[in-house]
Amino acid sequence: MIHTKRLATPYIVWMVLFTVVPLGIVFYYAFTDSITGQFTLENIIRIQSYMPIFIKSIWLALISTLVCLIIGYPVAYYIAQCPPSRQRLLYLLVMLPMCISFLLRTMAWVSLLDDTGIINRLIQAMGMKPLPLIRNNGAVILGMVYNYLPYMILPLYSVILKIDSRLIEAAQDLGCNSPQVFTKVIFPLSMPGVISGFTMVFVPAVSTFYISQKLGSSGTTLIGDVIESQFKAAYNPNLGAALSLILMVLVFICIGITRRVSGTEEVAMP
Amino acid sequence: MRTFQRTFTYLVLLFLYIPMVVLAVASFNAGTDPAVWKGFTLHNYSELFADGVLLPMLLNSVIIAVLSSLIATVLGTAASIGMHDMKPRLRSMYMTVTNIPMTNPDIVTGVSLALLFAFAGTLLKMKSVLGFVTLLIAHITFSLPYIIMSVLPKLSQMDPDLQEAAMDLGCTPRQAFFKVVLHEIMPGVISGALMAFTMSLDDFVISYFVYGPKFVTLPVEIYNYTKKPLQPKIYALFTLLFMVILLVMIVMTMLEARDEKQQTQRRIAFRGGRNRKEVRG
Repeated sequence: MIHTKRLATPYIVWMVLFTVVPLGIVFYYAFTDSITGQFTLENIIRIQSYMPIFIKSIWLALISTLVCLIIGYPVAYYIAQCPPSRQRLLYLLVMLPMCISFLLRTMAWVSLLDDTGIINRLIQAMGMKPLPLIRNNGAVILGMVYNYLPYMILPLYSVILKIDSRLIEAAQDLGCNSPQVFTKVIFPLSMPGVISGFTMVFVPAVSTFYISQKLGSSGTTLIGDVIESQFKAAYNPNLGAALSLILMVLVFICIGITRRVSGTEEVAMP
Repeated sequence: MRTFQRTFTYLVLLFLYIPMVVLAVASFNAGTDPAVWKGFTLHNYSELFADGVLLPMLLNSVIIAVLSSLIATVLGTAASIGMHDMKPRLRSMYMTVTNIPMTNPDIVTGVSLALLFAFAGTLLKMKSVLGFVTLLIAHITFSLPYIIMSVLPKLSQMDPDLQEAAMDLGCTPRQAFFKVVLHEIMPGVISGALMAFTMSLDDFVISYFVYGPKFVTLPVEIYNYTKKPLQPKIYALFTLLFMVILLVMIVMTMLEARDEKQQTQRRIAFRGGRNRKEVRG
């Protein structure tokens, strides 16, 4: 036998160099002063003033993720029950929008929802007053749901597809009605898909910075926007690093809680 | 219930495609505001091809996507084979490292790489190291876990006896690897490579933190464009790209469907052959 274990060495060297070391540097920056380079807790203390933004980011991301779950579940369930050729077509149709830059898709929503946008022009043409559709929480949630919905549908679909139909029949034979079959058999068995969809939607939603800039207002500044401005506008990488560190820890805690609550370690890949 | 689910699914698909329609229609609009129809024109398309910025950026994106997905596929496939043969404890250590870029928010990955490159810049006494190389490194890094995730399952599904059988029949370990193992895991390698390619082509968040002014990719350029007054030629570019992707996907699905059909036929033929043998025996 050739020593195959050695084949993984270049990979692990690469990953340590470009993921572990950079995280160490984030850690270092978060605890040092931007001018003197001395150890300080200043950056971490300053984060307190950003707490409302953190809470708002988590809140909007949680709502978006739940909406994605509620919308995505019936769709994934329907696709999984279709004959194979139709399944492939529908899967493709769900995937396709993800191939287009999310920046452009968000721009399209701006021209739909704007005060003088397509929807408001239609409303006015029908003789009604224009609605405030953009630059509020609702528009940001819509943008998140729109952009990340496929990430919820795809893992759910691949898990529901694998559920043994005999288990459902057995539950029916043993006297379960349809809602009971769903709550006692189908939903628990699809839990790995729910967790994986939850993570795949929540993580990008909580850290987004483009959607909130375009569809939101100054009142919907999210944590991603603050981090971006620390690196691109205000240039304070130390504060930016501290914010990134807290964001990372928060995401890990959220993922940990969802896994604990659902009592499963297994996570489905789409 | 079934009708309800079907209607609901098609409504959700409609929701997913409304912005696409808006962009496609806007690409043929004579005015600059997508909300006001000023008449049909192909002007935006001729603008696009006359434009000296967007198309080279698209080429940049493709170069980065091809190179990063190729390098990540080779590194990742080798790593998967190595990890497959490891003891569970060591393997789970490797998996933890693999999971870091997958669970970290993109913005954190981008920021951490930006800080690393800034640090490398001060070490090398250069003003900024950001450019082609940093973009390539970043794209390889976020692609690698997806390769591992799609190749490793194929390796554990593979029958370990196959490799030994090949060697019993006179293959050297190297030949056994290239003729048997690689062939068996090929679907995983290809789907991983495709995933890496599309993710790299579409990545904005991480690229945004590690690109340099000399080498800009399309998504980053689009971001800079959407800050300025809107230019309808972007809609034209989008519509063309969408058509290309749609075409590629349709061809791929058709090939897949044909492949599956052939496989079932082969399976039926194989079973038939076995039955005949049994009858004879």
